[in-house]
Amino acid sequence: MGSSAFKSPPLLTRILGFAGLLGLLYLGNAWVERPLIDQSVTSFYGMDQYKEGIVISCGIYVILAVSLNLVNGFTGQFSLGHIGFYAVGAYVAAAVSTYGHARLFPNLPIDGSPIGVIQGAYPVLLLCLIGGLAAAVVGFIVGLPSLRLRGDYLAIITLGFAQIIQVVIRNIKAVDGATSFTGISRGDTTILTPHLTNFFWVFLFVALTLWVSYGLRFSTHGLAFLAVREDEIAAEAMGIPTTRYKVTAFVLSAFFTGIAGALFALYQPSLSNDQFSFVRSIDTVVMVVLGGLGSISGVAIAAVLLTILPEALRGIDQYRLVAYSLLLIVLMLTRPQGIFGREELSRTWLLGQIAAVKGWFSRRSLRPS
Amino acid sequence: MHQLLEQLLIGVQIGSIYALIALGYTMVYGVLKLINFAHGDVYMVGAYAGLGAAGVLGTWLPGHTPLHTLLPSPFGAILVLLTAMLLCALLGLIIEQAAYRPLRTRSWIVPSLVIGGASGYVAYGIALNGNRTPASAIAIGVVVWLGIGALLRTTQSRRTVGTPSRLTALITAIGVSLFLENFGLLPQIFSSDQRFIQRSQIVTLPNRVSVLGASVSVQTLLIFGLSLILMALLTYIVTYTRIGKAVRAVSFDADAAALMGINTNTVIAFTFALGAALAGAAGVMVTGLTGTAFTPYVGVLMGLKAFVAAVLGGIGNIPGAVVGGLVMGLAETLVVAYGPSVGIPSTYRDAVAFFLLIVILLVRPAGLFGRLAPEKV
Repeated sequence: MGSSAFKSPPLLTRILGFAGLLGLLYLGNAWVERPLIDQSVTSFYGMDQYKEGIVISCGIYVILAVSLNLVNGFTGQFSLGHIGFYAVGAYVAAAVSTYGHARLFPNLPIDGSPIGVIQGAYPVLLLCLIGGLAAAVVGFIVGLPSLRLRGDYLAIITLGFAQIIQVVIRNIKAVDGATSFTGISRGDTTILTPHLTNFFWVFLFVALTLWVSYGLRFSTHGLAFLAVREDEIAAEAMGIPTTRYKVTAFVLSAFFTGIAGALFALYQPSLSNDQFSFVRSIDTVVMVVLGGLGSISGVAIAAVLLTILPEALRGIDQYRLVAYSLLLIVLMLTRPQGIFGREELSRTWLLGQIAAVKGWFSRRSLRPS
Repeated sequence: MHQLLEQLLIGVQIGSIYALIALGYTMVYGVLKLINFAHGDVYMVGAYAGLGAAGVLGTWLPGHTPLHTLLPSPFGAILVLLTAMLLCALLGLIIEQAAYRPLRTRSWIVPSLVIGGASGYVAYGIALNGNRTPASAIAIGVVVWLGIGALLRTTQSRRTVGTPSRLTALITAIGVSLFLENFGLLPQIFSSDQRFIQRSQIVTLPNRVSVLGASVSVQTLLIFGLSLILMALLTYIVTYTRIGKAVRAVSFDADAAALMGINTNTVIAFTFALGAALAGAAGVMVTGLTGTAFTPYVGVLMGLKAFVAAVLGGIGNIPGAVVGGLVMGLAETLVVAYGPSVGIPSTYRDAVAFFLLIVILLVRPAGLFGRLAPEKV
C-alpha cells in the first residue's frame, strides 16, 4: 500500500484538471492530425505510421492487461478467456460503424476545424462505449455461471467460452467472420476510415482504465476484491458477498477489454478471426504475471515493455520469438513474483529497491570466501 | 447403420488420440498441479521424431530403401514408434529438469546447461545474422551461455524452496511451449515448411477393411488398437509397479508421500517422461498412419483439445482422461457427420468440444470423474 502521508487534492479538482488536460491534448492532437483528413500526410507527432502503430498497440495492450489484472490480480480469479470479450468489442464496434453510421452519425461535418473535429470525436467515443457495453453483457453471461468454478477449472471454462465466441463469430456472415471483415472502410463516408483510433483516444481510455483501477484498488470494493483473492472462505465469513464481487470484477474487466477491442477494430483496415486466437489471451496473461499480479503500474509497464520488445527484436527476425520465450522462462526462474511483485511503482518502492541492491552488494563483499 | 458404425469408429480413433495426450496432462497435473502447456508441443516433436526416424532408418542403407523392405512390415513401423516415444520421453525429462524443477528446488546445473545453452545458441545465431565472423559469433554465444548460467546459479542459490505459485508455473510452461514452437520454426531445425510422413515408407497396409459390414480404413483400427495397447501398458505401470504406486501416492498427497520416503522429484521426472512418451506416440501415429501434413504449430490446437478432454474427465484422474478423450472425439465426429442435417454447420466442430466442456463443468464442477476436495476452514 505504501505510505499514506500524501494527501490527494479534492476529487472535483482532480476531475477538472484531468478533463482540462484531456481537452488540451485532444485539440493538440486534432491540430497535429489535420493531415488525416486531407489524407496526404499521415505522420503524427513526427512519427511514421509504423511507430504510431506501436504506440497505439502499446496503449491497447495496457488497457487489456490492466483490465485483466482486475480479475486475475485483484480477485485472484484466473481467466484465460478475455480475448473473447476483446473480439466481441472489436466486432460489435466494427459492425455498428459499418451498418449504423448512416443512422447514428448523419451529415457529420468533417473538416479540419476544431468544431468539425470535436463532432468527429463523437463516433469514436460512442463506438468504443458500445463495444465495451457489448463485451460487458457477454462478460456477465459468461461470468455468472463460470465464476462458480475455481482455479484451473475457471481458467479452462473461460477459455472454452472464448473459443466458442470465436467460432460463433466465424459463422456470422454479416461480419465476414470466416474471412476478413473490411466493413470498417466499406461505408462511403470519409470519417469511418481505418485509422479512426488515434493517440488521443488510446490515451483517454488508458487513463480511464488506470483511473478506475486505482480508484477501485484503494476503495472499500477494492479491499473486498483483495479479500476474495486472499481467502475466499474467510471473506465469505466476514460477510463479503464473494460471488457478487467476483462477477462485478469480471464484468468491469470485460467492459474495458471490449473498449480495447473497439479501439483495435477502429485502427485496423480489416478484422479477421485469427487475430483473436487464444494465443493473444496468453500474451495478456503473461503481461499481468510478469508485471506482478495485482500491481497496476507493474502490469501497465510490463504491457508496454512486452509490446515493444518483439518490435525491438525485429532486426533478428527468425530468432526473436525464440529469444522472447527464453526471456520469459529466465524471468520466471529468476523473478517469479514479477517485476513489481504486488507493489505499485512509487518513490518508496524505488528507494526500497535501491536499498535492496546496495544491501545485496555489501552483504556479498562481507561474506567470507 | 453402417455409416453410423463407420463414424463411431472414426470418432473413437480421434478420441483415442486425444486420450493419449490427455493422459500426459492429467498425470502431470496429478503430481504437480501444473497445466503443462508444453505438452501439445511434445506431440509435435513426436511427429518430427517419427519423420526423422522413418527417414533415417529408411535411408541409412544405400539406395533409399523403404523401411518395410528391410524389416518385416510391422517391425519397421514399431521401431519408428518406439524411437519417437523414446526421444519424446527424453524431451519430457529435459523440460522437467530444466524449466520446472528449478521452480520447486534449488537446482541450477541442468537449467544452466539447457536454458543457458539455448540462449547461447540464439545469441550465436543472431551474431551470425549480424555478419559477424563465425569465431566471434561462437565467442558471443559462449559468453551469453556463461552469463545466463551464472545468473541462474546465483538466483537459484538464494531462492526459497517450496511450491511455486500456480501462475508462475503456468507462465513458465507457456514459455517452454513457445520455445519449442519457435525453436522448431527455425529454418535449420524443422523450418515452417509443411512435412508429412509417407505411410508407404514405414509400413504397407491394405487401405480399407470391413468391420461388421462397415468399411473402415485400416489406420482407424490401427490407431485405436495401438492406443489401447499403450493405455493397457500405462494402467499396468500405474497399478502394479513400484514406481506406479509412487506416482499414485504423490498424486494423492505429495507431502505425505515425501514423508513416507518417496523421492517426489524422481516420481515427477518419471511422470513427465511417461506422459511425453504417450504424446510422442500419438504424434507419430497420427502423422505416420494418416499422412496428415504438419508444421511446428501442429501441437497447439491438439494440445488444447486434449487438455479440454483431461478437464472433461476430471483432471488428475487417469480413467477420466481416457473417457474425456473418447467423448470429445465422438462428439466432434458426430457433429461433423450429422450436424448439418439438424442445422449445425460442420464449422462448429471445434466449438463442440468446448460447448460440451462448459455444460459438463457447470453440472459437475470437477469434471466427470473428478472429486472436489471438501473445503476446510
